[in-house]
Amino acid sequence: MSSFVLYTITGLGLAGLYFLLASGLSLIFGLMSVLNLAHGAFFAAGGFAAWWVMDSVTFLSPGPRFLVAIGAAALVGTVTGALVERGLIRRLYGKHVEQILLTIGLGMAAVALMGGWFGYDPRLLTQPGWFTDTTEIAGANIPNSRLLILGVAVLLLVGLMLFLSRTRHGLIIRAGVENPAMVQALGIDVARSFTIVFALGGALAGVGGALGAVYFNGISPSLGTAQLIFAFIVVVIGGLGSVPGTALAAALVALTQVYVNNYVATGLGSISVVILLALVLLIRPQGLLGKAAP
Amino acid sequence: MTTKPLEEPATTRPVDPALVPHGGRSKAPKVLAAVAVILALLPLVPVGIPVLFSGPFDTPGTLQVLAVALTLAGLAMSYDVIFGYTGLLSFGHALPFALAVYGTNLLMAHARLPYPVAAVVAIVGVVALSALLGAVALRTTGVAFAMVTLAFAEAFSILVLTDPVRFLGGEEGLSIASDMVPDLFRGVVNTRNIYWLALLTAVVVYVLARRVVTSRAGRVFEAIRENEPRVEMLGLAPFPYKLTSFVFGSGLAALCGTVYLLVVRGANASITSPDFTLSILIMVVLGGAGRLWGAALGGFVYGVLNLRLSGVATSDAIDALPDWLAGPLSEPLFVLGTLFVLLMLFAPGGLSSIGRRMRS
Repeated sequence: MSSFVLYTITGLGLAGLYFLLASGLSLIFGLMSVLNLAHGAFFAAGGFAAWWVMDSVTFLSPGPRFLVAIGAAALVGTVTGALVERGLIRRLYGKHVEQILLTIGLGMAAVALMGGWFGYDPRLLTQPGWFTDTTEIAGANIPNSRLLILGVAVLLLVGLMLFLSRTRHGLIIRAGVENPAMVQALGIDVARSFTIVFALGGALAGVGGALGAVYFNGISPSLGTAQLIFAFIVVVIGGLGSVPGTALAAALVALTQVYVNNYVATGLGSISVVILLALVLLIRPQGLLGKAAP
Repeated sequence: MTTKPLEEPATTRPVDPALVPHGGRSKAPKVLAAVAVILALLPLVPVGIPVLFSGPFDTPGTLQVLAVALTLAGLAMSYDVIFGYTGLLSFGHALPFALAVYGTNLLMAHARLPYPVAAVVAIVGVVALSALLGAVALRTTGVAFAMVTLAFAEAFSILVLTDPVRFLGGEEGLSIASDMVPDLFRGVVNTRNIYWLALLTAVVVYVLARRVVTSRAGRVFEAIRENEPRVEMLGLAPFPYKLTSFVFGSGLAALCGTVYLLVVRGANASITSPDFTLSILIMVVLGGAGRLWGAALGGFVYGVLNLRLSGVATSDAIDALPDWLAGPLSEPLFVLGTLFVLLMLFAPGGLSSIGRRMRS
């Protein structure tokens, strides 16, 4: 029983990471039909930003320093996302395949760039001592870092839902996911929303990178790309453009992975997720909470 | 995927002379034949290109690089049939290639089949499996198709990396069962023969792919790429054509895989990874999708640069640069990725379109 609780919370922590990566992907795809294959690089960039802060801002004690690290990761993600959209994606509006190809090249170059700067071996993140302590829940000793990741992810999920439902920008984004041509016809500048979703997606992925560095005990340039595959699976299972669907699918995918890895055989978890994807696509191609394809 | 309006012009881009059926007016085959002859004579030439290659063309090191590049040229052409001609964005093209590499080697090591038999069995197996996977994956379109194919390839990649039955070598990979390889292709001394085999394979892939894309079925492939609803309206079912294209491209990839095994003398887990699939996509687009010789050029250039850029990067010119610049510049994938992004922005038709762009 206690191991079941541990696996569940570990799985939900992983789900939090998938959600942070996948929600941005899903919004970007829903609004702009761009499959952003450079999204894993945003994740890694956030992770390295957090690593750098933890490594060099030594005048702060580890606790507050980690808050600064999360902020720095979000900032790096936001700026990178906005720059990529403004500088590169924008030049290829309307050409979806070309945009996908561009992000592939970009992701490849960005991972190699980080490899050139930081090397490919994982850099260990200095963690506040509290992170590695455990809290007892229902007889299981849960590392606090898992709870932290889960908490931050839930907080950001709520924040994102509020942003989408309560603000004008959020309204435009939701409308744009629904019908971009109509929004444009109403005289609203959709292009600005494009930059906003890229910046937002970058920020979420950046925070994901910082937390991922905690979860995986270090950050390496290819960590984001490795997670990106699962984030794609989450996006497709959840339904493109649906934030609640993404959250649900993130939990489903991560729990499947963790349970199968621990109860059946290590390594089979990832394969069972792939099978899950194939099944969902064949039975319900639009994903769990997605609209039927036009 | 959004459906395109029916009023779209008949051709969305100028008709490429290389695509005109039966080669009557096309210069491409003659030029390519000349290129093939030059490449065939290279191993006899004791000169080299100083910075790009570590030694003259008749040394094993340089021939090895060229043989890898030629295999990748073949692989890129095989993907061009699926992506460039038929417009199917598969993210799993590493799968048939890697399956053939692993399959051939396992058949040699465990079933004790001699190399040529193992290679043929592996290709037939891959073709059969591709027909099955393609039939499932092609139930979806667009990005969903990309995801399903990615998932299939990823499943094999995970299988190789985790290696539950201690059979596939894990991250280390497998080394070639060289006792089953004919003497002609064994060891470093015979690199020249392996190079010629790689060249022959690239030529065979080109000829076969060209026959198919210029056939009647090939015209339907292109029609599906341009406007699938219209093909349906003309009374043709796109599915069998898409499946044919997918299976044929996969079969050619498998052929390249059987040769790649000899070239690199083993099976490495990296060729199963999604990153490798994406780099095949990059090769094709780098050279120019929808044009076989463009894809071949892209694969060749990618292969040479990927293997040799790190050698070039240790040159003095780069050493003199500050660390923050020298680090990334010595990463081949940084240079290739950046080059690719620039091409996408400024020459979307790839390398093979640059000549025509300058003329017009």
